[in-house]
Amino acid sequence: MNERVQRLRQKSYETPVTLSAERAKWITEFYRENIGRYSAPVMRARAFAWLVEHQTLYLGDDELIVGERGPRPKAVSTFPELTCHSADDLRILSTREKTPYKVTDADIELYEREIIPFWRGRTMRERIFQGLPGEWKDAYEAGIFTEFMEQRAPGHTTLDGKFYARGLRDFQADIGEAIEGLDFLNDPEATAKREELRAMHVACDAVIRFAERHAELADARAAEETRPERREELERIAAACRRVPAHAPRTFREALQMYWFMHLGTITELNGWDAMNPGHLDRYFYPFYRRDLDAGELTEEEARELLQCFWIKFNNHPAPPKVGVTAEESGTYNDFTNINLGGILPDGGDGVNALSYMMLEVMDAIHLLQPQGNIQLSRKNPDRFLKAACRVIRKGYGYPSVFNADGVVEQMLRSGKRIEDAREGGTSGCVETGAFGKEAYILTGYLNVPKILEITLNNGLDPHTGKRIGLETGDPCALRSFDELLEAFQRQLRHFVDIKVAGNQFIEQMYAARMPAVFLSVLIDDCIRNGKDYNAGGARYNTSYIQCVGIGTITDSLSAVRTHVYDGGALSMADLLGALADDFASDPEMRARLAGETPRYGNDDDAADAIMRRVFDMLLDVIDGRSNTRGGKYHVDMLPTTCHIYFGSVLGATPDGRRAGKPTSEGISPVQGADRRGPTAVVKSAAKMDQLRTGGTLLNMKFLPSVLAGEEGLTKLGQLVRTYFRMDGHHMQFNVVDAETLRDAQRHPEQYRHLIVRVAGYSDYFCDLGRALQDEIIARTAQGEMGAGGPAAADSFPLRPCGPSI
Amino acid sequence: MTEGILFDVKRYAVHDGPGIRTTVFLQGCPLACRWCHNPESQAMSPEDPVRTDGTEAVGRRVGVEEVMAEIERDVPFYDESGGGVTFSGGEPLAQPEFLAAVLDHCGRHAIHRAVDTCGYAPRQTLLEIARRTDLFLYDLKVIDPRRHAEWTGVDNEPIHANLAALCETEVRIELRMPVVPGITDTDANLRQLVALVEALPRRPPLRLLPYHRAAMDKHRRFGLHIPLPDTPEPSEEHLREIRRILTSSEIMVVP
Repeated sequence: MNERVQRLRQKSYETPVTLSAERAKWITEFYRENIGRYSAPVMRARAFAWLVEHQTLYLGDDELIVGERGPRPKAVSTFPELTCHSADDLRILSTREKTPYKVTDADIELYEREIIPFWRGRTMRERIFQGLPGEWKDAYEAGIFTEFMEQRAPGHTTLDGKFYARGLRDFQADIGEAIEGLDFLNDPEATAKREELRAMHVACDAVIRFAERHAELADARAAEETRPERREELERIAAACRRVPAHAPRTFREALQMYWFMHLGTITELNGWDAMNPGHLDRYFYPFYRRDLDAGELTEEEARELLQCFWIKFNNHPAPPKVGVTAEESGTYNDFTNINLGGILPDGGDGVNALSYMMLEVMDAIHLLQPQGNIQLSRKNPDRFLKAACRVIRKGYGYPSVFNADGVVEQMLRSGKRIEDAREGGTSGCVETGAFGKEAYILTGYLNVPKILEITLNNGLDPHTGKRIGLETGDPCALRSFDELLEAFQRQLRHFVDIKVAGNQFIEQMYAARMPAVFLSVLIDDCIRNGKDYNAGGARYNTSYIQCVGIGTITDSLSAVRTHVYDGGALSMADLLGALADDFASDPEMRARLAGETPRYGNDDDAADAIMRRVFDMLLDVIDGRSNTRGGKYHVDMLPTTCHIYFGSVLGATPDGRRAGKPTSEGISPVQGADRRGPTAVVKSAAKMDQLRTGGTLLNMKFLPSVLAGEEGLTKLGQLVRTYFRMDGHHMQFNVVDAETLRDAQRHPEQYRHLIVRVAGYSDYFCDLGRALQDEIIARTAQGEMGAGGPAAADSFPLRPCGPSI
Repeated sequence: MTEGILFDVKRYAVHDGPGIRTTVFLQGCPLACRWCHNPESQAMSPEDPVRTDGTEAVGRRVGVEEVMAEIERDVPFYDESGGGVTFSGGEPLAQPEFLAAVLDHCGRHAIHRAVDTCGYAPRQTLLEIARRTDLFLYDLKVIDPRRHAEWTGVDNEPIHANLAALCETEVRIELRMPVVPGITDTDANLRQLVALVEALPRRPPLRLLPYHRAAMDKHRRFGLHIPLPDTPEPSEEHLREIRRILTSSEIMVVP
């Protein structure tokens, strides 16, 4: 890292996160003046154009890649048209202890005076909640599921490489042709399509204009600049901003700037989940890198510096602040941009190149909160690439995470994608599979699977709220066998998934009609050809995901019920329910037996793992293959973000001995501390799930640093990953830290401000996490802490699982 | 039905031979090294077990099939990494019939077999096991006979003679020396080690195993007296120095 990069990095790290009302101000002004004047897509496009024409620009000293969404780094925009923060929300955001967003009094006043009064009753959130039925609200309030689109737009999307070959002017030509080709005689949608296409055209102009304004700013700065070197840099910035995004980039620098404008355009237009993902940057940038090197116009060092400057730009953009329940789901500044490295080329070749390695080094050197990265590991990728990634993993930032590129392709082939589109795809956000640049693959919300068992064990009643929100599947004491219990659970599951999907269909249509993402639609095939918005099914592929949480908790719970109640166990269902109701207060011994003498998931125990498979098959049965309203299908995802904390907080004690209110298991990881037979046993248990039938699963592993020491430790970590992927595992991610360090960080946060840990599909500053999440991470089993020859299990689960031990 | 006494099975063992391995720890050892990592495994019989936390017998009687089922669980990992199973202890040669039976089973399933031994066993036993083993991890500790007896409780003459005999067979051998500061890393001991290895019919590579104090906690838990309270872990620098001394001889030191 040279001095420039160090300064930029330091600034990005130290600048406090603030909230900027500027976007809200311009958008509100435009809507107030123009309400009723345009169709929905044109309204969106013109408001966007108005905003980027007027918003404050930022061009920092030292910067080589330019552009911010807000008026300065880490000034976060708001999106009142989706969710309008109240003045109280803003005050809380400004003063809360964890992940605050500082808000000025002037901005709060502006909100109170103009923004809140205008948007009252008009926001997407209000309209969505007004339109949803009572049973949806009951389930939502009980914590059966969450809803992603109540305050952020559909997202999780990734761009492909098309705009490195063609500029926005070229896309506008395509748009023009599509308009020409509309058939007003026969196509009843022709009018709507023309509106959408015109809006796309306006949006392209807006982003080109936004870049031009940066060129003008750079020119003005250059004119005043006294240092000749900086003046030259500013002139090069101005030239790049005049070239891209209107036209295709010609150089490495222009390619980086091109992406950055695409990124800013999409995250300014709307606040789609997971910001925006750039896709396979190593392969997109490589031709420019090679060309510039060969032409003698770029050195490796300059390329590295540009990449580092580019990397820091992501960190300047914390996630838009949320309100209400989703603040607990995901209380983080991370906006989930996830960069893919390696993988398979569309023609089937090895996707690793020199930039894949350089980007791993950049990731290591910069290691800020954002962007996070992953490797897409194919059997075609060389082992030294995996080893280079493991070397960064061992540093303990929790990234890069590792994905099975071949498995990801198979998942997409299964869901009907062309092979070249599948290979061009990968994973984004946390672990979600998608065809980059060609798919709207939208997460719709988390499903609290153990909660549905709780409702089943209470015959449809939610013990937490006291409301009857589920089906009356029968008095659990009258269920005569384990199979009858599973059957009741499956009926209950279907009931809630039906409610969830019905709600999703409504929300999807609300976005399709009222909140098109017109600039994003330019960038996703085949929205232009179809004349349809990304939010309305315009993409080539249109997937909806439901993310299921707590497979470990429900597996162990069902296993405990089977072992102790049905399979000759000494426990009656009534006694078990009584103990759950009082959180084991009157019978702590029972809790010890349930937790300690039950076959548990994560130990390569076929009895427990068979239950996991049955539950997983039920999830597929009720979710996979359902139709959404955008012409696509539903698939299952197995990822939690931080929702296992929230879901645990609304869940009473569970039969696996989990106390009321404690987190559920996360991803497809075992219950925290229940896996006692080492990482290979965890991997084998997880691989018994047919992961090719999902759109992503998440497996957390925590290692003690000593296990990964030396070259051999790295090699063997890589082999562990390779073996998991041979068994069709989707993803693995690592924390490399010991519990004592984390406990010390809880005691002395001021000394650990830089400590980054893996949470779930992303990493975060440990000290920014809520206490419950911190405790949950500490409770995860650290591989290497047990067994002969190793240190004693200092932070082991207090109870011993009985597995296939010998 | 052959039975053996195990005290643990550890999967994802990464320091007990090539690749990802499952290490099967057999109960009972004729030596009583005072730096032992697994002091609870020294007792020769499960009927007289050391107890952990006052609750659980350490040794466990198992049949060959049971142990094979556990070993075979990680075959995918062995395949990927060139790993396999390692028998350690305790001292695996102290249960020769059981060990031979399990090794034969592994051989039939093409699972790579390593035996981690102190070499203190009847010659015939050692050679019988060698016929069924792919790799020996053979420990050398203190070379001077008197000091060896002092630190481990037994005479090392048979250990050295066994090693020479083993070198006459085809089996792969890796020598291992625990680096226990002040005990095995003295100039005299290193010199004697070099002389011993150079006199062997062939010169197997040598790996250094740095002493670590984690076992202290076990000694405490198992209520054993703590024998080396002041011995530090060897520093990286110190290990480099030992490596330098050894490589200046004819011995190949495994990094």
